[in-house]
Amino acid sequence: MDRTDRPDKVVTMKAAVADFVRDGDTVCLEGFTHLIPTAAGHEIIRQGRKDLTVVRMTADIVVDQMLAAGCVSRLVSSFVGNSSAGSLGNLRRRIESADPAPLAFEEYSHYGMICRYLAGSQRLPFYPLRSYGGSDLPSVNSDLRKVTSPYPGPDGEPEQIYVVPPVNPDVTIIHAQRADRSGNTQIWGLTGIQAEAVYAARKAVVVVEELVDDEVIRSDPNRTLVPAHAVHAVVVCPRGAHPSFAQGYYDRDNAFYRAWSRISQDPDLIRAWLEEWVFGTADHAEYVARLGEEFWAGLAVGEALSRPVDYGRRL
Amino acid sequence: MTLTAQDAPVTSSELLSVVASRELVARRTVFAGIGLPTLATELAHLTVAPEIEVVYESGVCGAHPSHLPETIADAVLITGAEAVISMPTLFGCVLQGGHIDVGFLGAAQIDRWGNLNTSVIGDWDSPSVRLPGSGGGVEVMANAREVFVVMRRHTRRSFTDPLDFCTTPGPDRALAEGIRPLGTGVTRVITELGILAREGIGHELRLVAVQPGVTVEQVRAATGWDLQVAGTVTTIEPPTAEELRLLREDVDPERVYLR
Repeated sequence: MDRTDRPDKVVTMKAAVADFVRDGDTVCLEGFTHLIPTAAGHEIIRQGRKDLTVVRMTADIVVDQMLAAGCVSRLVSSFVGNSSAGSLGNLRRRIESADPAPLAFEEYSHYGMICRYLAGSQRLPFYPLRSYGGSDLPSVNSDLRKVTSPYPGPDGEPEQIYVVPPVNPDVTIIHAQRADRSGNTQIWGLTGIQAEAVYAARKAVVVVEELVDDEVIRSDPNRTLVPAHAVHAVVVCPRGAHPSFAQGYYDRDNAFYRAWSRISQDPDLIRAWLEEWVFGTADHAEYVARLGEEFWAGLAVGEALSRPVDYGRRL
Repeated sequence: MTLTAQDAPVTSSELLSVVASRELVARRTVFAGIGLPTLATELAHLTVAPEIEVVYESGVCGAHPSHLPETIADAVLITGAEAVISMPTLFGCVLQGGHIDVGFLGAAQIDRWGNLNTSVIGDWDSPSVRLPGSGGGVEVMANAREVFVVMRRHTRRSFTDPLDFCTTPGPDRALAEGIRPLGTGVTRVITELGILAREGIGHELRLVAVQPGVTVEQVRAATGWDLQVAGTVTTIEPPTAEELRLLREDVDPERVYLR
């Protein structure tokens, strides 16, 4: 019954971005505060991608950096802020004064974005939700449309409801704790919208903290949120979510979130930051090394193991 | 008990959290963000609402954090939590499924019906300020049974009608379009000056209470529309020594949010 012929999909970050992200593509980077694929965003910047449409519920630091590097012409999002630490300087300059270039911005609510992923992942033409009634958002986003339900409401009367269209990115990139070589991906802690975003995409790249043996994955199959059949490439990139965090691996770098609010107010500071930390590093391993072991010790977390789960086996 | 309310001046964060916590009496599930809502719900848990369950937008239900969380996604909220659920489950089943009694929201602007703006100040196409946007506020407003708004600054710029942009509509605006929201919209607005209350669909916000030392005229002057005033406007009871002690010693001893 054992199957050892699963394809090996492990590639370098450089190769994954070169192969899966093209100029003009729609690229989804998901991770709700946790497991943000920052290292992937940095490699997209290093390779100089242009004219991307970025889809991301909470557009935060990595999106601001990609904007500053000139990679993005359109943004689809439901929250554009530097988490709870302030605002995004590039994004605001692009929208408030088209500086240095205008940014096409499509605003949804969080559940609107979630429903776009649900429709996309299920190849449905739209998805209904009980939001947007009376909002000005539909007047500035023509993809928010109202339909009459084909079924009567609870009182027997016709019911109106808003719907959102599917999103089907050219590629979705997510960051996760661990995967096996063929892409069975395990995530714990905040699981966000990553699985749906992967299924919505034409191609999916999973970046992981750790590559593990098949047996590790198979000892706890319920923790596999993204099965291998949905994954086209696996990239091993420890600490690749910094400044966000990976539950059980390292903590969030709150100081950098606060620092970014200051850096991003000044285009010269951003340029210098990108030169030093993105263009000035060959890859994420160099970025990690440059931050130094003392720095990483400051984000270290202690152990809190889950109790073992007994899946049982037939005797 | 050694500490009394006179020992240290009451900060505006303390005042707002105490007032908000008292409003949570008998409420069970609360959708809250980090900061003032955390302080209010934690204090309510210790005082008027022992069975309160906080649901965070990140998907955490029943958190038991070892440290005060810095964000709604702080790792300390995950370790030891009762449940961590996916975004479709949180927004689709918990919120849209009608499981939230009270949602806490903030905004840059609020109007007389409790509609909110979190998107832009000025014109959409070339705003003077691009704000963070809707987030989950649209869903909280549409689906939570009631919504509490906490505003740090009560000014004519933030309490304004019409809004520059309505991101987050209350049920009156929704019903006018033939959409049926689950909730009643904003029922309480808590500010440094007082409390505005709204009885439900079809009702405007009304001033029902003022902070000690604040007059009705002061609140009307700070509000950008002709504010309705209740027949009897009460004066908010100042925080008790016990409420302050709980906030200062148990809820936020390091004064992360008690600015």
